Amino acid sequence: MTDWVTVRPGAYHDSVSLMRASRTLSELDGVETATMAMATELNRDLLTRAGFTIPGDVGPNDLVIAIRASDDAALNRARAQLDTVAGNLLGRADRRTNADAGVAAPRTVGSAARRLDASVALVSVPGPHAYVEAIDALDAGLDVVIFSDNVPVEQEVALKEEARRRGLLVMGPDCGTVVVGGVGLGFANALRGGPVGIVAASGTGAQQVACLLDAAGTGVSHVLGVGGRDLASEVAGRSTVQALAALDADPATELIVLVSKPPDPEVDRAVRQAANALSTPTLVAALGPGRDDLTAVAEKAISTLGGRPPTWPHWPAPRPQRPRPGAVRGLFAGGTLCEEAMLLAADQLGPVRSNVPLRPEWRLGSDLRAPGHVMLDFGDDRLTQGRPHPMIDSSLRTERLAAESRDPDCAVVLLDVVLGYVADPDPATTLAPAIREARSGAERDGRDLAVVASLCGTEADPQGLLRQAEALRDAGAAVFVSNAAAARHAVALIEGVRR
Amino acid sequence: MTRLLAGEPAVVTAGATVFEEALAAQAVRYEPVDWRPPIPGSENALAAVMADPRREGANAAAVERLLTSGPRLVDVLSARDALGIEPGTFFHAGPPTGWELASGPLRGALIGAALFEGLAEAPDKAEALFARPGRIVLDSCHHHGAVGPMAGVLSSSMWTFVVEDAEHGGRSYCSLNEGLGRVLRYGAYGAEVIERLRWMSAVLGPVLQASVRRHGPVDLKAIIAQALQMGDELHNRNRAATSLLIRELAADLVDCGAPTGQVAEVLRFVGGNDHFFLNLSMAAAKVAADAARNIPGSTMVVAIARNGTDFGVQVSGVPDRWFTAPAAVPDGLYFGGYSPADANPDIGDSTIMETFGVGGFAMAAAPAIVRFVGGEVPEALAATQAMYEITLAENPAFQIPILDFRGTPTGVDVTKIARTGILPAINTGIAGREAGTGQVGAGLVTPPPDVFVAALETLAAAVPPRQVA
Repeated sequence: MTDWVTVRPGAYHDSVSLMRASRTLSELDGVETATMAMATELNRDLLTRAGFTIPGDVGPNDLVIAIRASDDAALNRARAQLDTVAGNLLGRADRRTNADAGVAAPRTVGSAARRLDASVALVSVPGPHAYVEAIDALDAGLDVVIFSDNVPVEQEVALKEEARRRGLLVMGPDCGTVVVGGVGLGFANALRGGPVGIVAASGTGAQQVACLLDAAGTGVSHVLGVGGRDLASEVAGRSTVQALAALDADPATELIVLVSKPPDPEVDRAVRQAANALSTPTLVAALGPGRDDLTAVAEKAISTLGGRPPTWPHWPAPRPQRPRPGAVRGLFAGGTLCEEAMLLAADQLGPVRSNVPLRPEWRLGSDLRAPGHVMLDFGDDRLTQGRPHPMIDSSLRTERLAAESRDPDCAVVLLDVVLGYVADPDPATTLAPAIREARSGAERDGRDLAVVASLCGTEADPQGLLRQAEALRDAGAAVFVSNAAAARHAVALIEGVRR
Repeated sequence: MTRLLAGEPAVVTAGATVFEEALAAQAVRYEPVDWRPPIPGSENALAAVMADPRREGANAAAVERLLTSGPRLVDVLSARDALGIEPGTFFHAGPPTGWELASGPLRGALIGAALFEGLAEAPDKAEALFARPGRIVLDSCHHHGAVGPMAGVLSSSMWTFVVEDAEHGGRSYCSLNEGLGRVLRYGAYGAEVIERLRWMSAVLGPVLQASVRRHGPVDLKAIIAQALQMGDELHNRNRAATSLLIRELAADLVDCGAPTGQVAEVLRFVGGNDHFFLNLSMAAAKVAADAARNIPGSTMVVAIARNGTDFGVQVSGVPDRWFTAPAAVPDGLYFGGYSPADANPDIGDSTIMETFGVGGFAMAAAPAIVRFVGGEVPEALAATQAMYEITLAENPAFQIPILDFRGTPTGVDVTKIARTGILPAINTGIAGREAGTGQVGAGLVTPPPDVFVAALETLAAAVPPRQVA
């Protein structure tokens, strides 16, 4: 075994690109592990714990490359590949840095905005730095979509206050999805155009409603994700109210749907009041116990427009799934999809433990493990620190899936697969083998592990809805485009549930 | 107002490249930011200052005042008449310092000035004079509306240009340029140095005074604008500006009543000194930068100056406070026989030119001298391009032909320095570290990032508490 560490001072790349490059290097023959990462405290710590010796004088602007190979020959092969592999994956960023035409790349949002006459900024820098770039965007007169997570709430409030003062929109942070005039900004599906405008204080909630509408042949005008905390008491619906007003003024929007996780009651009242004052009909759909699920919301929207809700597509598992004793384990990438599944499950099964629990007493410890029913949101801020969102990289989820397959308590695994721009370009290539492996592992232990997949996407998405559905089904999963239907199916597979 | 729903978006992206790829896949117009983390340690102050509701308006006002200033040469006076400097008082470049801390070239210039003023008969006596407490007053030129190149020493009998801001009414002062080689400002104090200073006070100053008074105010902004299109960057190259000045004053020099022999001496002296205009461009820059001072909330730099020991900056939003760090030795080319070992750390007020948006910021306008400061033409273009990333505006009056007549990058913003890690590009001469040596080379200097972070922290502490509606 031989280790090699090198530092490239000042070579900054974003974490997603680096994760991809690391993965490609790790897959080379004879390479045990390879990491390309910015030398942040977190990454230095991880590498040190992995046994690498990291120079002391490196900082978050320095790229550190650490390779552990079976022998010197393998290491040399990896090093020879480094520049091509890394170069290809990081190529875009490198081209930006070494701008060839004599024009240096812009280094701030404000500078870039001047060059393009831009209308909107997409900010996905690490959370602690997002505020500065976002305020710069507002200064430049741009609306802002913030994908960064781990943005302090007081900064979110300050940004939204500033945006309101300027008549601009702040979407996010941790916003997930925005579609304007058919263009997806960030995590977004390829949707058909139409009369429904969606405001969502939740990314995947909006994606779910929009994709169901799409499946029913109903298009959307715009989808404005305003950030998962927008309807919390601190933020008080600041962006929601502005987004509602923007859609109200938009001639293409005939019906507005407001989707959110369970809101703060007072904010809920205020937002409903704002919605009632609009001239465009508005459906306010806030998830909560006893309230409409997202599928019901989509159905109401279709009915309001005079259509008839369809039978939502689903693909039954190849081997019939029957009720069995044990617990359901939900492994989610989408926060709202997780929330919706928990609401439906808790109604039937009782306590569902989680890292984003419905009730404080159901909160999981830091090991994220508990007996009984468990549902995890892997997109939660605390789980995305220093790594890409699970919609881009499902490795944490596949690891957990493998662990669940060894847990005798686990009877059903429920997971979501979210398609669209920015998301994993082919999630089934990772998830299908993982599902197969999990099921056959459980089978070796004498258990039949049921896997239920909630598949959120459209046929026009780069990944293709049908292709993904079939691949997941062929791996042994039951697949639903309605997350609520998937959750109900998973719950129904737990023996002894009252129906 | 939001334009988001009105048409196809044009998008700026900052962060993960996956978002760019998704936009490219949808054929959306986008401009990616080459984003990097800010200077380590500046994060909190940066967030606080960016949140200051006064910042945007204050910076707009500060840079507007700088850009609209109308520097004019209105008079030439002795320092005693212009600034009330008494014998025994000496102004110097950079943030305030004392004899004990003074670098070799500053000491050399002070010794020379004391000899010139007749306060001491020999260098060792002059040293003793400065070393004795209480006899001598030292102060920063900048504290008196003045600037001085290199050591920047100004004493009672020296003559100064008087520059007035026709727009905002300020005044600034700068000594007359001695030429290159063994000169006081580089710390030389030999007999020929003192002799030249005497001639400058006896002949050069009075002749210029008479001709300027006869001519009337000289529009320095117009000369600078023309010189930028003639290959000057107004810091290390002032050849075109010097020629333009003399062309402007020629008739009045001849006609000012001075003896023909003296006029000839003046013309010969200025004609042999490509840097003659530097002291005027510095005074012009100083009066403009001073117009932008003391605007609460502004993060714009209004002074960059070095005293040979410390590198200092001042920002508009923090009145009169210097933020300093040890000055670095410039990176450049050396005259025959000298090497970096002979170089003194960075010195002089001439960085007022970069504060004003020319000098190193206008390197793209001066390809003829890029090798003199140790660079190549593409680097000169890149240097100017990079400065747009840390400045607030482009000066519509100062255009760079090779950049499609883009205005010079003007108004250094400390928040942008902290965000990008890009430091002001500064051209400079290099002084010998031993008192009495003179100039040993020229090059580029990298400012210490700490001074900008320190300024940012002080600005952050002054941000008023936020009021949320």
